[in-house]
Amino acid sequence: MSEKYKITIDGVSTEVEPGTTILNAARQIGGDLVPPAMCYYSSLEGSGGKCRTCLVKVSKGSEKDPRPMPKLMASCRTTVMDGMEVQNLTSPEVQEARKGVVEFLLINHPLDCPVCDQAGECKLQDLSYEHGTEATRYEFNRRTFERIDIGDKIQLHMNRCILCYRCVYVANQLTDQRVHGIVGRGDMAEISTYVEKAIDNDFSGNMIDVCPVGALTDKTFRFKNRVWFTKPVWAHRDCDKCCGRVTLWYKGDDVLRVTGRKDEYGEVHEFICNTCRYDKKRTKDWVIEGPAKVERQSVISANHYDSKVVPVIDKR
Amino acid sequence: MEVYRKQGGYAAVEKALKTMTPDEVLEEVKKSGLRGRGGAGFPTGLKWSFLAKPEGVPRYLVCNADESEPGTFKDRDLMVRNPHSLIEGMIVSSFALGANTSYIYVRGELFYVIRILEKAISEAREKGFLGKNILGSGYDLELYVQPGGGAYICGEETALIESLEGKRGNPRIKPPFPAVSGVWGCPTVVNNVETIAATSWIVQHGGDEYAKIGIGRSTGTKLISACGNINKPGIYEIELGLPVEEFIYSDEYCGGIAGGKRLKAVVAGGSSVPVLPANLILKTMAGESRLMSYESLAEGGFVSGTMLGSGGFIVMDEDACIVRNTWNFTRFYHHESCGQCSPCREGTGWMEKVLHRIEYGHGKMSDIDLLVDVAAKIEGNTICPLGDAAAWPVGSAIRHFRDEFEWHVREPRLSQERNYGLAGYADPLPVQAAEA
Amino acid sequence: MDIDTREIRFSAERLAEVYEIIGRYPEGRQKSALLPVLHIAQAEFDNWLSPEVMDYVADLLGIQPIEVYEVASFYTMFNLKPVGKYVLEVCRTGPCCLVGAEKLQSHLETKLGIKPGETTPDGMFTLKTVECLAACGFGPVMQVGATYYERLTPEKADELLEQFRKENKRATYC
Repeated sequence: MSEKYKITIDGVSTEVEPGTTILNAARQIGGDLVPPAMCYYSSLEGSGGKCRTCLVKVSKGSEKDPRPMPKLMASCRTTVMDGMEVQNLTSPEVQEARKGVVEFLLINHPLDCPVCDQAGECKLQDLSYEHGTEATRYEFNRRTFERIDIGDKIQLHMNRCILCYRCVYVANQLTDQRVHGIVGRGDMAEISTYVEKAIDNDFSGNMIDVCPVGALTDKTFRFKNRVWFTKPVWAHRDCDKCCGRVTLWYKGDDVLRVTGRKDEYGEVHEFICNTCRYDKKRTKDWVIEGPAKVERQSVISANHYDSKVVPVIDKR
Repeated sequence: MEVYRKQGGYAAVEKALKTMTPDEVLEEVKKSGLRGRGGAGFPTGLKWSFLAKPEGVPRYLVCNADESEPGTFKDRDLMVRNPHSLIEGMIVSSFALGANTSYIYVRGELFYVIRILEKAISEAREKGFLGKNILGSGYDLELYVQPGGGAYICGEETALIESLEGKRGNPRIKPPFPAVSGVWGCPTVVNNVETIAATSWIVQHGGDEYAKIGIGRSTGTKLISACGNINKPGIYEIELGLPVEEFIYSDEYCGGIAGGKRLKAVVAGGSSVPVLPANLILKTMAGESRLMSYESLAEGGFVSGTMLGSGGFIVMDEDACIVRNTWNFTRFYHHESCGQCSPCREGTGWMEKVLHRIEYGHGKMSDIDLLVDVAAKIEGNTICPLGDAAAWPVGSAIRHFRDEFEWHVREPRLSQERNYGLAGYADPLPVQAAEA
Repeated sequence: MDIDTREIRFSAERLAEVYEIIGRYPEGRQKSALLPVLHIAQAEFDNWLSPEVMDYVADLLGIQPIEVYEVASFYTMFNLKPVGKYVLEVCRTGPCCLVGAEKLQSHLETKLGIKPGETTPDGMFTLKTVECLAACGFGPVMQVGATYYERLTPEKADELLEQFRKENKRATYC
């Protein structure tokens, strides 16, 4: 099938392979018309559709059936039809709905960014900065949970979790045995191992990388530094378990943490093993490639690569 | 079983399997205009015709007996009184769809109903209506009953499928629709108990005959579960098109408001549909009598209309408190939200807390608009219709009964002592009529 | 708790029942048997699901224990803590409340001296509030074990409690 589908998002047209989702089509166009996504993760099958931040308006279904879709659609799970027209930034309805979703995600979030290791690379921070309001209308106690350790390397702050299910997909798809999951129902649902079980698996550390918020954090990096004071550097090594291509986060001459390489949407495409992540924290373990390309994580790039901050280009 | 057979039971099975092709059965159901009795009212024949039929892939029919919409209690009664009518419908429908294994998903609380169904299934098997080569037609069918575990959300068809697969009842993101990818990724049709039971009548008497019953596009009869403050709560089979007024006040049906009181409000189709004050449920804005049909109840849209939904008819008298009832329903949706998508997970809990505050005399005037706004932000933005179902009662209650909410805020102490009463929503009928 | 000392294993008849249930689904889809098997397990092991019981079910069906915990904690019929011999499940949804469910609930609370979710000290009754039981026309409704008790009044509820005390037999769903 070499035939391509035409799609127009906020007036910008492109052609994509059949089967592409609206979100990925938007990413191919790039720029600020890309809907934000908190739960969708390209390399995790079945992810997406849950957080509802990527809602868009389909104003024309397709060339064949031009009727608009009655409801706002989750762009991460809706596939493109030929001739489809989509509104994101240009639809006040979408902007209003997204504002609502951000508010919903925040009403039970502790807003403890000052003591959260994720601050600076947190998708929820970005999202509320771009789409949220300055004050909350929620006047009740927030939901709280006890902090728990999942194994000796990962800490779970359930208070911060937005239930994107990404870590569950990681455990299902990357590891051979899932020991944690979503327990409970509704707004009392939580990520848990139910009976405390250590996650002991070569690829479990990727749960940290995929977590969009500070719910799953690296205990070996806990309170070591703010991410924007550390300097990301690309490096690789020969690893018999994974691709060995990582980002090292330096403070001075010390490697404070190792993560997978994230793209501009904060997604890792090549997952790394726990040996690379936790046990190789010396420069001599690695072949250095050079400074990491940091594009969207504005706080991090602002601290090191002022001149390289890609301005938000309005392509319309 | 014997009784059911004597009354002509299982004749539809014989007729369908011996004299008809699956497509002919489908054609009859299409002609009948039968619409899904679970709540959405989607034409059944059309739903069946969407079923994908790839080679070598099994197809499934699942009966949705996870009845748990507050105000609806018709399916339990149908299954207890006449389990064979459901089984007969299942055989005919499975035959039409080409399904060789079918499941009846019954809410887990109803274990005694499950036992009744299981017994009826084994009777049907003994008589050769189930199993291999039914009545020598070469058609095989196995029928099983699956218990749920206590979750309202499993009445949503994709959540029901997930639950049947032994998972949490999280609704799936559509598309793909079950007709393409349902149980274990195979094409699946999910239908309500009442819908399936209706198919055997249609096969036996023909789709055209069925279409003669009822009014307009609302064909056939419908089981209405009537409850609340009425003299005769219970299940009534009505011909669609019956005037609402007659349904409430006639002795044949609800028998009027209990205790000679006056009608305040009605939730006409299960807790999720918009609540209407007495004047609007009896007559439309245009002053015409409202009828029990999909179209008439919906007349006026959500501004002044409601929905037939699943036929759960909840009647509230002058002493009912709309705020309390709205809070109660919202608590229900909060409790039953699966927690998968954010607007419903967080929004339902938020609305419940605000409504609780108003009901217990700690509300603020701004809370009322806050509720309207939160409900609007949930509605239409969730994966499944539970979000809408949670938003509609709140939105409609405030639309029609705003002064009652304001009174709760303005008179916190008084509102703890007594109810707001009837105020401006008096039914247009004289009091004598209610007593008659 | 006697569950700690008792070996967690189904009787031969129960096992046969479990295998019959697994046989209802296509090859490799034995996870579908989870809900029915959990119901059996709960009825068999003191009307609640301990982590050990859930692990046993996971083992029977060949799935990960977490998959069982996820499911058991999602559905309200599964008790994840020990309960009394009679779990009194009172419906508290709208239609029942219109006809006096709240009165019934507060009567039971006073009478038994417990709040919803609690068990009487003698281990006889657990009070549980539930959402709609789909018997709205016959409210107020209370479910105990597999039985629905309809059109209840505080007096009728008292009689029921007496009757249960006399029977003194654990009530389960199946």
